[in-house]
Amino acid sequence: MSHLTPERRQRCERLIALYPQKRSALIPLCHIAQEQDGYLSEPAMIEIAAMVGVTPAEVQGTATFYDMLHTEPVGTYVVGVCTNIACLLAGGDDLLAHAESSLGVRAGGTTDDGVFTLEETECLADCDVAPCVQVNHRYVRTTTPDALDGLLAELREGGRADEIPTHGNLIRVQRTTGLVADPEAIAAERAAKREEAGA
Amino acid sequence: MSLTDAPRIVTARAGFDDSHSIDRFLATGGFDGLRKALTLSPTQVCEQVDTASLLGRGGAGFPAGRKWSMLRKADVSYLVINGDESEPATFKDHLLVEKEPHQLIEGVVIAAYALQVSQAFIFLRGEFALGLERVQTAVNDAYAAGALGQNIFGSGFSLDIVVHPGAGAYICGEETSLLESLEGKRGFPRIKPPFFPAAIGLYGEPTVVNNVETVSNLPWIVLNGGEAFAALGEGRSTGTRLFALSGHVRNPAVYELEMVKHTFRDLIFAPTLGGGIPSGTGVKAIIPGGVSAPWFYEEHLDLPLGQDEVAEAGSMLGSGSIVVMDETTCMVKAAWRITRFFSRESCGQCTPCREGSGWLERILFRLENGQGRREDLDLLLDLCDNIAPGLTWPPQQTTICVLGPSIPSSIHSSISRFRDEFLAHITQGRCPHA
Repeated sequence: MSHLTPERRQRCERLIALYPQKRSALIPLCHIAQEQDGYLSEPAMIEIAAMVGVTPAEVQGTATFYDMLHTEPVGTYVVGVCTNIACLLAGGDDLLAHAESSLGVRAGGTTDDGVFTLEETECLADCDVAPCVQVNHRYVRTTTPDALDGLLAELREGGRADEIPTHGNLIRVQRTTGLVADPEAIAAERAAKREEAGA
Repeated sequence: MSLTDAPRIVTARAGFDDSHSIDRFLATGGFDGLRKALTLSPTQVCEQVDTASLLGRGGAGFPAGRKWSMLRKADVSYLVINGDESEPATFKDHLLVEKEPHQLIEGVVIAAYALQVSQAFIFLRGEFALGLERVQTAVNDAYAAGALGQNIFGSGFSLDIVVHPGAGAYICGEETSLLESLEGKRGFPRIKPPFFPAAIGLYGEPTVVNNVETVSNLPWIVLNGGEAFAALGEGRSTGTRLFALSGHVRNPAVYELEMVKHTFRDLIFAPTLGGGIPSGTGVKAIIPGGVSAPWFYEEHLDLPLGQDEVAEAGSMLGSGSIVVMDETTCMVKAAWRITRFFSRESCGQCTPCREGSGWLERILFRLENGQGRREDLDLLLDLCDNIAPGLTWPPQQTTICVLGPSIPSSIHSSISRFRDEFLAHITQGRCPHA
C-alpha cells in the first residue's frame, strides 16, 4: 500500500525519469512528501527509498542535512525570521523576539494548536526588505511587529491561501512537457563523442 | 557623480511588473540572442564569451570562457546552473530568477549550445518558492516556443533543462557540494583536486557549473558581441555587474552598474543609488563582497567597484553584495552573528571548521554579553589561525572547501580595527551599544 497518493506517486515517478540517476530525485521527492503530510514522515521516507533505490536510512541521513526537510511534524505555517547580518542591522533580532512573544513559543517551537512553527533563519536573500520574513518559503515582506501580527492573524483565519499555501507546498507549477533522459541514449551519445575526440 | 550610460544587460526588463511573463519577454527581444547563437558555430559562441572576458558572477570571479575551454575538448556531459544564492546579504540571483526567468533560460540554452551539452540542470535554493515556480513556468514556455527540447528553432540542437529545488543548506553554493546535493546526497564538498568539476563532475562526468547571473549575461553578449561587452568596465572587470546593497543605507536594492566606473562611495551615497546613511552618522565598516570577505572602512570608500581593485586592497568583490554598517553598529555583535552563521552552516566534514566555528561563536557570544576575558582576543585570532594559517588574504586553507577560511574574515577584521571596542565590552561587563 502506497503512503503517497496515486497522483503524487505518479509525479514522483515522472520526476525520477528526468534524471540520469534515480537518486538525484531524492530531495525533490522529499518536497512532494512534505506537500502531502506537511513534514517528511517515516512511511514517506521508506517509500522514497524504494522509489530511488536506496535504504530508508540513506533518505533520512540525507534529509536531516537540510533545513527545509522536517522529519518531525511542523505547523501549517512555518514562519521564518532572518537575523543574519543585513537583517540584524534592521532589527531582525527584535522582530524575532516579538514573534516569539506573539506566538508564545521560542524559535524552533510550534504553537499548541499546530498552526505556527517559528524559526530563526539564516539569510533568505531578500536583504533590501529587512528584516526578512518568509512564511512557508514565501516572502511576506512584513518588516514591523504590527505588520507581522496582522499577517499572523490573517493566516490563523485562513486568509491569503492563494499566496501562501500550507507548509510543504513548494512548487505548484508542474513541468508540462519536456525530454526525458534516456540513460542508454546518453551513454551512446557520450561514446560517440569520445570516439570523435579520439579520432 | 553621474551614472555611466552603460546599458542594463541583465535587468533591462526588471522594471516591468510583468517582466517574468513570456509576452513581455518576447516583446522585448526575447530569444534574439539565442536565435543568433544558433547561426554561429559552438566555437564561435565560445570565442564571443572569451572576448567578452566574462568573469563568473558567483563569488570566485573565474573567467567563464576559461572554465568552458577546460572542457571544450572533453566530452562535456552536463551543464549545471548554480542558483543556490545563500551568501548572506546576496540577493541578486533572487531578482534574476523572479523577474527575468526567461532570460535565464535563454542564457542556459546558449551556454549549452556552446558546450554542446544536451542536459542542463538549474539548481535553485529551495527557499526561492516563487523563483522555482517562475523558472519552471519559463521552462514550460520555452518548450512551447520551440526554444527548448528537440531541434531548437530548427537548428538540430536539442536540450532539456531540469529545474531542481534545493532544501536549505548554505554549503550547497560550493559547486562540488551542489553536485553532491544534485546527486541526492548530503551536501558535502568534495576533496580537491580536481579544483573544478570539469573532469569529474555530476555522476563523475565532465560538468560545467555556472552562476545564474553569469549565464544571464549571455543573450546580450551574443547579440551585441563580446567586444561590446568588453568595452564596458576596465581591465579584467568587463561588462556590468549586479551589486546588492543592504544594511544602513536609505535605498537598499540591487543595482546594475558598469564595472569599475563607480566607487563604493557612489554606490552608498549617490541619491539615485544607496542615498546615504539614514542615521546621518558615518561609515564604520563595509562588507564588500559577502560575509566571507574581509571588511573595508571609510578610507576604502573611493575604491572602484572592480574585481582586481578590491582584491588589491585586500578583500574581494565576491558575490557583489555590499553591507554598510554605520557608526552606531556594535562590531562585536556583527562579528558574532556572522560567525554563528558559519558555525550553523559548516557541513561538519573538517575539524578546524566544524569545531573552530563553534568555539569562535561561543567566545564571541560571551564577549558580546560582557562575560569576555582579555585573553579572548588572542584566543580568537589563534583559533582563526588554525583554520586559515597566517590569516593572510587570500587565505591559506586547512579544510576541504573555502567555507572554513571564510570564517576568520569578520573576526580578524573587527579585532584588528576595533580592538578598543572589544576591550570596552570586557571592562564594562556589557555591550556599550545595548
